[in-house]
Amino acid sequence: MKRLTPKGLIWIKGLLHVSFLSPIVYLVLLVMTDNAGGDPVQYIIHFTGMGAINSLIITLVVSPLAKFLKQGMLLQTRRLIGLYVFVYASLHIAAFISLDLLFAWGYLLQEVVKRPYILVGAVALIIVALLALTSFQAIKRKMGKDWQQLHNWVYVVAILAPIHFYWSVKSEIIEPSIYFVLFAALLWLRRSQIKKWLLKR
Amino acid sequence: MVAKKGFTKGIANTPSWALKENQVTPERVFADRRNIVKALGLGALGASLPGQVQAGLFDLFGSEDKPAFAVQGLDYSKPNQFQISDILTPEDKITRHNNFYEFGTSKQDPFENAQGFQVNPWELRIEGLVDTPLTLDLNDLTTKFDLEERIYRLRCVEAWSMVVPWVGFSLAELLTMAGVSNKATHVAFETLFDPDQMPGQKNRLMGGGIHYPYVEGLTIAEAMNELPFLAVGLYGKTLPPQNGAPVRLVLPWKYGFKSIKSVVKIRVTDKQPPTSWNQLAPHEYGFYANVNPQVDHPRWSQATERSIGEGGLFSAKRIPTQMFNGYAEQVADLYKDLDLRKFY
Repeated sequence: MKRLTPKGLIWIKGLLHVSFLSPIVYLVLLVMTDNAGGDPVQYIIHFTGMGAINSLIITLVVSPLAKFLKQGMLLQTRRLIGLYVFVYASLHIAAFISLDLLFAWGYLLQEVVKRPYILVGAVALIIVALLALTSFQAIKRKMGKDWQQLHNWVYVVAILAPIHFYWSVKSEIIEPSIYFVLFAALLWLRRSQIKKWLLKR
Repeated sequence: MVAKKGFTKGIANTPSWALKENQVTPERVFADRRNIVKALGLGALGASLPGQVQAGLFDLFGSEDKPAFAVQGLDYSKPNQFQISDILTPEDKITRHNNFYEFGTSKQDPFENAQGFQVNPWELRIEGLVDTPLTLDLNDLTTKFDLEERIYRLRCVEAWSMVVPWVGFSLAELLTMAGVSNKATHVAFETLFDPDQMPGQKNRLMGGGIHYPYVEGLTIAEAMNELPFLAVGLYGKTLPPQNGAPVRLVLPWKYGFKSIKSVVKIRVTDKQPPTSWNQLAPHEYGFYANVNPQVDHPRWSQATERSIGEGGLFSAKRIPTQMFNGYAEQVADLYKDLDLRKFY
């Protein structure tokens, strides 16, 4: 297979931007045209949550895929995809706070305490936010070796996210189970790396 | 044959579009959708596309041509004690935000998947410990009883709520007609089982893992209370299928899932019957499922609820949940000897 050129990479990145942005445009259109159900609130929260979890899957697929295709340059798309995980997760929590809780900040704390699945989601979001904040080149350089240590926390998110999903549904087991399997497989592919990471800590 | 003037009992002879003035809800869904599509310039975009593509574009925003389930106008009275001053949730929100897993687990699935639902012929059997077992057909449901409109608050276990104008008759009236034996302790209810019509019953992924047919139950004291209502209508017309056509139970002081839809069987028994959500997750959903802000769902707080009212995305309100959903005066007595923490 031909080596990916920097120009090719730009094309791939452009395509990724379109693929990650278009669902958001689609959601806005659905809501504006009254096609997100009688109560769009749960629809929006679910849609953005699934967006975050799917983006997370895709970002974890990149490195095994790059290895398989022997296209190291693909690794450069991970930051872009990871930032979309953050975008979707932020929209998800923003929709929850603004549309569901209606900015009742007092309730937010209560809800986090009373609904353990929200606590799990909140921890995952904080990690994702830290990774997003430290994703700039300058910070990466400054952090040196610590940067990779911190960014390996994405594995923790890969465990918390499906728990949060599974815990939040009323009875549907099958869809969350599929995600458990996907995340487990993606973590299994990195088992030696994860072992190393855990031992170093 | 010339149609008779006036009313046959139950179903109004006036055409369904001739709603009473006070019943009219703006059918603004379609108008709004068109306006917004236009405002976005998508109208112009659409117009410039060939016919087929245009159809496709609008399919994306909901199939405008899909034939909707036909509802009919109803004739009913409005007893004073069941009218409340709360602002009604608009009809298009009540008919497009439904938990009816037989038609899919997303809130908009029932609206999407139930429009072709056949309610005729229908058989509702009342059997078990009764003097005279009854079988009601579709026509009986709207003609055998004096229909009344009751405005009830509906509180879902997922912490959202609506205010709904139902049309129907009281469960107690029906049970009295059948004559309940004094050995009876409970009443069991069952939803239609018809996997050909209900895709969720056919496909486990779509049906949310519930064991079908959906079943529910009440104690006899609860059933004979004045509140339990068999609704055959919504907003002055017969029920659409996503809301439980042709007949459903409404129990305003209990979480929504107790209000079983599309009922085919009511069985009076001397045992506590199994209930669907209790079978699925007994530590999360009890037999009683009374709305109670003091007792949290193991995973959720029940202290407050988001009230789905008029207006757009940012117009909802979060309100404190009331004990028995505000119907304590009518039902608190039923539970005075019961520890509601244990019997949730």
